[in-house]
Amino acid sequence: MRRQIPFGLVFIFGIFMVFQFFVPHEKSEWVYEFLLDWIIVIGIFALALGIWSLFKVSVEKIKQGKEGGNYSYITLVGLYMMVAFGFTQQTGEGWGLYFLWIMLCSACIVSLMRLRASTDSGKKRMWALASVGFLVAAVLVAIFDDAWAFFLYTPEGLENSMFEIFFDHIMMPILATMFSLLAFYIASAAYRAFRARNVLASLLLLAALLVMSRFNPVIPGAEYVANASNWLMNVPNLAAQRAIVIGIGLGIVGTALKIILGIERGYMGRG
Amino acid sequence: MKHRFLIVGLLLLFGLSSVWAQTEPPVVDSMVVDSTELFPAAVSDVQVVDKPNDHGHAVIVTWETSADDGGGKNNVLRYEIFYSTSFDGPFDSVGAVPAGTGEFRHIGSKEPLDSAFVPDYTDLFYQIDAVTADPTIRTTSDVLGPVQCSGQWFNTGRIPVLVAVLIFGLLTAFFVLSAKRGKKLYVRPIGGIEAVDDAIGRATEMGRPILYVLGLGSAADVATIASFTILGRVAKRVAEYQTELIVPTYDPIVMSVAQEVVKSSYFDAGRPEDFKEDCVHFVTQSQFAYVAAVNGIMLRELPATCVYMGKFFAESLLLAETGSLAGSIQISGTDEIAQIPFFIVACDYTLIGEELYAASAYLGREPKLLGSLKAQDWAKAAFVALAIVGLLAANFEWFEFTTLFQVID
Repeated sequence: MRRQIPFGLVFIFGIFMVFQFFVPHEKSEWVYEFLLDWIIVIGIFALALGIWSLFKVSVEKIKQGKEGGNYSYITLVGLYMMVAFGFTQQTGEGWGLYFLWIMLCSACIVSLMRLRASTDSGKKRMWALASVGFLVAAVLVAIFDDAWAFFLYTPEGLENSMFEIFFDHIMMPILATMFSLLAFYIASAAYRAFRARNVLASLLLLAALLVMSRFNPVIPGAEYVANASNWLMNVPNLAAQRAIVIGIGLGIVGTALKIILGIERGYMGRG
Repeated sequence: MKHRFLIVGLLLLFGLSSVWAQTEPPVVDSMVVDSTELFPAAVSDVQVVDKPNDHGHAVIVTWETSADDGGGKNNVLRYEIFYSTSFDGPFDSVGAVPAGTGEFRHIGSKEPLDSAFVPDYTDLFYQIDAVTADPTIRTTSDVLGPVQCSGQWFNTGRIPVLVAVLIFGLLTAFFVLSAKRGKKLYVRPIGGIEAVDDAIGRATEMGRPILYVLGLGSAADVATIASFTILGRVAKRVAEYQTELIVPTYDPIVMSVAQEVVKSSYFDAGRPEDFKEDCVHFVTQSQFAYVAAVNGIMLRELPATCVYMGKFFAESLLLAETGSLAGSIQISGTDEIAQIPFFIVACDYTLIGEELYAASAYLGREPKLLGSLKAQDWAKAAFVALAIVGLLAANFEWFEFTTLFQVID
């Protein structure tokens, strides 16, 4: 029964989704959108599970003293600091004791992680006391400092300049750096791919050279090179891509049918 | 001396004349222009119909362009379309199209509070203005209507898709039943899948973990669902060989499903006590932060085998190249056509497109799953045959055949 109900639900909603594709009526769209909204609702609940998983794994790394375990401190402190920034906003002239409050919160989180990672009871007690102490201090600072305030249910917190500074000037450059690495990886991958080891690899190299020199006006016979590379891109390359796309389309329909009919059950465990 | 006076006199004359020209009121031509001659001819043969195959709230307006559009006075610049729920107006502007156009699709909102809302089952009236460069000089057509829009219960434009799905479904059912009756079905070997067992064995011998990446897809993507099935098979082997498995995930829902899949595999292998829930863990929902985290795992843990199955985007090469640097055997599979070349270059084995979906059937070797693969093969053969006939039909202008497959949205 524990497995039959999910399979029954998959069948009912799977069949509905197939028919919905052919029924453009407003009522059918309403049900479709209602079901899609459920994905968002489930996603929000699952996110809490995800953050808990991240916390557990990070603490476990610290506990085991694994290589790179110190990165876990950065991960968790970064995670909770951004949450704190998101719920607070500057309301006075200056920042007051805001940075002290952030430091106390971070210290409290680190103490909690150390508490969870400790095996010795003496150390456990010490970290428990430290985390409570930092928490009390953070609460006192929050109560007596008028320079900033909490905004738990409004978007004002996201307008906090600290949140923006961290997002725009730390997060975005880091992400851009990761993306820019792609250029170097493409170069190294291209070097491996274009080595003329046999006839086919040599053909690949030739085709790559033609395509790469497509927009180069300096080379002799640039017009012919451009025409040849355009032909390569628009005829053999496109034909192969279409063949793959048709295969993918059939694969998706076949897999969807197997899932709806309950033939494919691996995604639910115990396949 | 005389010349100097003459030059100064002329300069003064020019100067004074220019001042006089500015102060003097402009001369008005006494001839009166008949402004009605500037007005363009109105549009003709206007028709308004409910837009077919939609959810309602939309009307198609068609007309014969003005006689002064591209001919006659040739002064029509655009057409403005107005609508009202009453014959007497007031009419609201709903859009404009350039001269030379004879159709306008009035796609309204279905939300009653939206200003662009167009009600269903209500009389709607339209007017079309032929507008010149001077917006005040325009000619309005007669009021057209009433027309009522409504949603349809069947999209006739998608009949070819329905027929194709039904045929494919019947083919699948036929081959599944044949396989169940014991008919032997041949499936060509897939190198990438056959390498999975060897790769797990290699990890066991080296005492290093196996990294399984499910990609950036959500649990609703078919590629991710296919990847869950492969993960289940891999996890079962991992449990049997008592090797470590690491599954960092991008989506928390994917994480929950993957945990359940891996847990079940450990149960099936008879080693539930070896299952560690944290082997499947959430990382982040930021694409490049996820890449940084997974690359960090690769370089620290040095996995013997990296498996990438699912939906991948710009991160595919970043992951695969780092795996290559870490000295791992790499097996990949994706249905993202732009990422396949990157995987082919950087990985040892790559499942191209549909092979990702075939992998679960191939690994399981269950007759029911193999039956669906056969149906796909037959469908592909039918596609090739239809493509050849379509090519001939298009060249010999047999449009009755080519229009059979036209999908209209």
